[in-house]
Amino acid sequence: MTIEINYFGMIAEVTGCNSERMSVSEGAISDLKGMLVGKYPALKNKDFRMAQNQELVSEDTLLTGQEIALLPPFAGG
Amino acid sequence: MNYKNVFIKGAISSEFIGNSIAKHQSKTNIGAHNIFLGQVRADKIEGKVVAAIEYSAYEEMANKNFHEIREATFEKFNLTCMHIYHSLGLVKTGEICLFVFVSSPRRKEVFKALEYVVEAIKADVPVFGKELFEDESHQWKVNS
Repeated sequence: MTIEINYFGMIAEVTGCNSERMSVSEGAISDLKGMLVGKYPALKNKDFRMAQNQELVSEDTLLTGQEIALLPPFAGG
Repeated sequence: MNYKNVFIKGAISSEFIGNSIAKHQSKTNIGAHNIFLGQVRADKIEGKVVAAIEYSAYEEMANKNFHEIREATFEKFNLTCMHIYHSLGLVKTGEICLFVFVSSPRRKEVFKALEYVVEAIKADVPVFGKELFEDESHQWKVNS
């Protein structure tokens, strides 16, 4: 399946783009995270959480094909 | 589903805040308002001074989170109304980046409700802040 992945803040600085589409086989968030760290090794040292379909998810959550986001620490207010 | 948009481009002006207060004069069941204004601070970090914060957000998720915070706050406290506005883009030091406005028949509710809302915004909403220094370098803000 093809998944849209969105990057924000310092994570977008690492990836050099705000969004991209990636083809992934079925699996969990941890599998996608592994692929992304492979593509962007500097992510390994960054603090971020992942959201799927605009909900924060844990590493063992299964990929659904819905939109993914990599979210660095929040700084609202 | 489309949620109400909480974001305003740039700083939140005193005029906007004043108008928002004035609009409540017709709601005469209200006896107490409480307002939080977040202001961009000129932090000094390793000898460099913050000149502005450039805010960005995962807007769809953030508006959903603001909606959820709003619903939870109305559940917990006896409020008549509530408004939240957050800046996106550049906000200079001394300018307002967050405006939270809660109203109730009674004062005790608004004191508790306002703190609850502001803390929830800081913890739960995907907003990101790039602190721009006077020498044009930057670092990313993290809520403590």
